Amino acid sequence: MPTFEPVLLANVGKPDSHTLKVYEAAGGYQTLRRVLQEMAPKEVVDRIRASQLRGRGGAGFPTGLKWSFLPKDDPGPIYLCANADESEPGTFCNRVQMEHDPHQILEGIILACYATGASAAYIYLRYEYPLAYERLQQAVEECYRAGYLGRNILGSDMSLDIYIHRGAGAYICGEETGLIESIEGHRAWPRTKPPFPAVKGLFQRPTVVNNVETLACVKHILERGIEWFQSIGTPPDPSDPRDPGSFGPKVFSISGHVNRPGCVELPLGVPVRELIEQHAGGVWKGRKVKAVVPGGLSTGVLSAHELDTPLDFSGPCKAGCLGLGTGGVIVLDETYSMVDFLHNSCRFFAHESCGQCTPCREGTAWAYRIMQRIKAGRGRLVDLDLLEEIGNSIGIIPGSTICGLADGAAWPIKTTLAKFRDELEDYIRRTNPLGCRNPAPVEALPEWREHQSITGRKLLGAEATI
Amino acid sequence: MMEKVLTEGICKQIEACYPKYPTREAVILPALHLIQEAIGHVPPKAVEELAHLLGVPPARVQDTLSFYGFFAQDEPVGRTRIWVCRSLSCGARGGEELLEYLCQRLGVQPGQTTPDGRITLEVAECIGACDYAPAILAGRVLWKNMTKEKIDQMLETLP
Ligand SMILES: Cc1cc2nc3c(=O)[nH]c(=O)nc-3n(C[C@H](O)[C@H](O)[C@H](O)COP(=O)(O)O)c2cc1C
Ligand code: SF4
Ligand code: FES
Repeated sequence: MPTFEPVLLANVGKPDSHTLKVYEAAGGYQTLRRVLQEMAPKEVVDRIRASQLRGRGGAGFPTGLKWSFLPKDDPGPIYLCANADESEPGTFCNRVQMEHDPHQILEGIILACYATGASAAYIYLRYEYPLAYERLQQAVEECYRAGYLGRNILGSDMSLDIYIHRGAGAYICGEETGLIESIEGHRAWPRTKPPFPAVKGLFQRPTVVNNVETLACVKHILERGIEWFQSIGTPPDPSDPRDPGSFGPKVFSISGHVNRPGCVELPLGVPVRELIEQHAGGVWKGRKVKAVVPGGLSTGVLSAHELDTPLDFSGPCKAGCLGLGTGGVIVLDETYSMVDFLHNSCRFFAHESCGQCTPCREGTAWAYRIMQRIKAGRGRLVDLDLLEEIGNSIGIIPGSTICGLADGAAWPIKTTLAKFRDELEDYIRRTNPLGCRNPAPVEALPEWREHQSITGRKLLGAEATI
Repeated sequence: MMEKVLTEGICKQIEACYPKYPTREAVILPALHLIQEAIGHVPPKAVEELAHLLGVPPARVQDTLSFYGFFAQDEPVGRTRIWVCRSLSCGARGGEELLEYLCQRLGVQPGQTTPDGRITLEVAECIGACDYAPAILAGRVLWKNMTKEKIDQMLETLP
């Protein structure tokens, strides 16, 4: 196998890697210069389409195909939104790239705007990234001064403005139509689709939404070619005619109970075990793995028997997970309780549901309340059936909600029940020996302050002995 | 005439956002940030004045404001807002215990401000710093790999 050369994180670690000077010294903006001179926009779209690049933001949708849905000969304006809301628990790869190499992302955005005919791009950046904001802002200013942005870029007839739009602490703003609503100044309620953003998006205009890492990949494909891109990753499965494969490099974020948490760029398809052992220093404290979240909390969990799962777009699905997600890998060691895992997960989604669809709003809230009660030692065995019912009924896949947040809430529930049900049952029996078989409805716990759920014991007094 | 909440300075900053967006509604979110930053919250009077400035109904502004938990409405936040992450990567490495500790140290619950107006304690969902779990964002500063001892140090540095 040829040795793998990172490109997305290649500049990380160089002194002043975030400045235009250092970026240009490493050949930055040469690709833009060349593409503007040598290629027509349609050729760029065709090349990205032929490369089989798939979105890095979570859904893995083919990027070139998405671009080709824009109406032909539209009078404009067309918008591009660069999704840098990155709020999926366990994910920080976009942050590292924006802090250390913002120009790479900007070059990708400019190239994507050239291809799609977009005349303005909004970078939707979560508010909790103050350093990334500062650096992106500075990088955008440098670009205007150097003639990479503004009117008649590098003497061509392309003009483009890039604006940074900051979020306000809501996970749902990462969903592409929630993001659009949020830029428009509204509550970030995802829209029903169709119409898709390519037809009717931001300010009712044709719009492309791409993750910032996807956009960085665009630059590298145009620089290094399709052959290079397809020499990395997992080729299409010959037995599945609809599988476009998983080509290219991906930045994985690794956190949780490992010795060296951090970001690493590797070919798509790297097995989970290799990632943990060779790139994250192994499990901390000499312990063993109990469970691994393969791609951000929404994707669910793998058990310790599934560590050979390749992290490409289809690997985690084959192990019952939602997908590759964001490539945010969270490792949980053998001492960590799956009750705590599910409690933490249910709390997150209950907190972040935008409340628009009843199955999601009520399902996530009740799943959390059930988990609070289980954790506090008042669980019943039938609660697991209730959780399963919620897990099976909320989301786009069962067809009951507008957006995928509910699927993301369901998958941790479903995979934990499928793979760790015994542990949950044991916990319930052990902590609630008298009531665990009670089939009758019981009350939710009195409203606690959310954060105190960990100290449920204190609040419930002597009754609950966890 | 009653004094304005939105000073001339804030209004100027808000107007500077106009060229970025084709509609005035889209200026609501950046404007709310500017107001929150300047006066620590967005009281009803600021909502009215902003609506007037942008030429949109006050309900439009209030709707957006109330959706994003980030903006304080009734009371201004403290000089520093401390966000303690409790999502999975941080929670699994002690984030929840740190939150408890901060509650004790400061004598407030999450969402509350110390009586001297110095610190507002907040819980956060994943702040994208899981490589430094447990992580805390204090104002604009990210505090990494936190422990109780480091929390003590952090508190000393805050104004
Ligand atoms: C609840 C929810 C949150 C999301 N958050 C993000 C996010 O923070 N960043 C991101 O790039 N995509 C996120 N997505 C996926 C986007 O909707 C969209 O698919 C993506 O930005 C498209 O870009 P890509 O094709 O380049 O991946 C989220 C989706 C859902 C359902
Ligand atoms: S699925 Fe949940 S988050 Fe998505 S639109 Fe419906 S209520 Fe909102
Ligand atoms: S879980 Fe705390 S920063 Fe991601």
